[in-house]
Amino acid sequence: MKRDIEDATTISKADLAKLTKEANEEATPSRLKIMWGEFKADKPALVSLFLLVFFILFVIIASEFIDVPKMMETNIMGYYNKPFTPDYWLGADAGGRSIVKELIVGSRNSISIAIGLTIISSTFGICWGLISGYYGGLVDLAMQRVYDFMMIIPMLMTIIVIVTIIPHYNAITLTLILSIFYWMGTSRLIRSRTLAESQKDYVAASKTSGTSNFKIIFREIMPNISSLIIVDTTLSFAENIGVETGLSFLGFGLPMGTPSLGTLIANANDPENITQYWWTWLPAAIEIIILCLSISYIGQVMRRTTNAAQRRGQDQK
Amino acid sequence: MWKTILRRVLIMIPELIILSILVFLLAKAMPGDPFTGSINPRADPAQIHHLMAIHGLYDPWYQQYWNWVAHLFHGDLGMSYEYQEPVVDLIQQRGANTLWLALFTMVLTYGIGLPLGMYAAHHEGKLQDTLVRVYTYVTMSIPFFVVLVIGIWIFGYALNWFPTSGSVSAQASGLGGTVLSRLDHIILPGLLGALFGTVNIVQYLRSEVIDAKHSDYVRTARSKGVPMKDIYRHHIFRNSLLPIAAFAGYSITGLLGGSIFTEMVFSYPGMGLLFLNAINFRDYTVITALVLLYGFLNLLGTLLSDIVLSIVDPRVRVE
Repeated sequence: MKRDIEDATTISKADLAKLTKEANEEATPSRLKIMWGEFKADKPALVSLFLLVFFILFVIIASEFIDVPKMMETNIMGYYNKPFTPDYWLGADAGGRSIVKELIVGSRNSISIAIGLTIISSTFGICWGLISGYYGGLVDLAMQRVYDFMMIIPMLMTIIVIVTIIPHYNAITLTLILSIFYWMGTSRLIRSRTLAESQKDYVAASKTSGTSNFKIIFREIMPNISSLIIVDTTLSFAENIGVETGLSFLGFGLPMGTPSLGTLIANANDPENITQYWWTWLPAAIEIIILCLSISYIGQVMRRTTNAAQRRGQDQK
Repeated sequence: MWKTILRRVLIMIPELIILSILVFLLAKAMPGDPFTGSINPRADPAQIHHLMAIHGLYDPWYQQYWNWVAHLFHGDLGMSYEYQEPVVDLIQQRGANTLWLALFTMVLTYGIGLPLGMYAAHHEGKLQDTLVRVYTYVTMSIPFFVVLVIGIWIFGYALNWFPTSGSVSAQASGLGGTVLSRLDHIILPGLLGALFGTVNIVQYLRSEVIDAKHSDYVRTARSKGVPMKDIYRHHIFRNSLLPIAAFAGYSITGLLGGSIFTEMVFSYPGMGLLFLNAINFRDYTVITALVLLYGFLNLLGTLLSDIVLSIVDPRVRVE
């Protein structure tokens, strides 16, 4: 086949290169390119993207240089040390522990769990939605019943009960437990898009020509809804930061001795801390707010790229 | 329509059964036995053994489950070990507090969300619309517990406008005084919950109204010379508001889930705080009862929403 074409065409190398170049210029840019164009057009989004990446990298690298067990030791000399002093940039808590160090390690823990939770729950939710939406009929009905049931479970309470029952757990087990309860939103969204997508002609054509269902779902439908997946994953990442920190805030998240942004904010549960020693909890609260706002802003910008009518980056071309 | 409702209720039954089995198994998995704390620590182990046998704690789990369900149907949720009170009484006292707070929050949420959604849709694409979008984006992104902490810090402690704990102050006297004091205690948590809980209503209503604005029937009405004000009142809002009303049931889930955070931050003696205390004291009967109750309320909420939706929107009915 290939040989036939080569024999039949008398096009020169230079012409071919020129034609390819022209074709590429004419073609719609790839999704990644559109997203990048969108970020370049929206300066605040670009700034928050860079800040976010820089911050996550900083927190991960910096926490490698902090001796966590030593940091968590009580140091009576530093009892409620005031902030903005050479030894304690952001002061110290009731145990004389440096807030800056706790913030860095806590952010590392909270962000890692949020990333893990997002990856696991989104993967599961995406697969669930794809399969449920693609097969339809009885499969869909059965999967929808499971979904309905998951929705009526009092999530927060059940997680707290499970965490109390399990004698020993760490960050990884906690992430897995949380993942059981946070895939439904994604699955619902993906299901409805897959339902619409599997009615289209290309799916019917693939089916007729004997492509396996597995290949249709993951090689054909999934790439076509990939922009939706990226947007949804980004937005759930912002949400998931609140999940672990909220649980740790209540005292049922990460085990004792493992700092998290949530446990830092939990300092505010003490009326004395909240009124007099603001530096023990306020920095963590502000950090969470900025983190969540910037991640979900990035998500909003990505959402714009999925809708050609709302794009801002296009007109530059 | 009756068919839809009947079908919906029938689906509910297996869900309820599975939920109760799940809750029961969770309760069984908790360490300790129901006599912890209620008897003398120096009691004879043989006697405890005897008590366990009498109460059927050595029976197979399905037998125990059956007994538990039978008690549930008699309204017997057991005794709280910590408070030494029947769980039903405890939940009645605390439940009223949670209910008032939830109702108040819900009224405020709709009171803020509906006008905002309409306002944004009315000014589609203008500055006002952008402002509303910024508002929904900010309130949607920030985790609610952080909002609560900062709210109580600013308005409770620093400005001292609102009480920071309890559900009614001890000095309140008379019916009017008690009601006012109760209201005083729920204004700040309710307002925070409402301000940060309107996202769904605003976004949904905005897109519904905008869709309706560009629809054929509105254009027909306009071309016939009906004033825009009347079109909004009689056509657009009527069509867009009904589905919103149906969402009230779904929002119960969110309100109940959030009540744990709210009640903890404001030390508000409702069911959420009762649950956290029960967890800390390993008060298993209370925990089981509350998880089951919250699950049941979620179920009722979705049922209610589905029924209302099937009434106002014939498209979702089963033929």
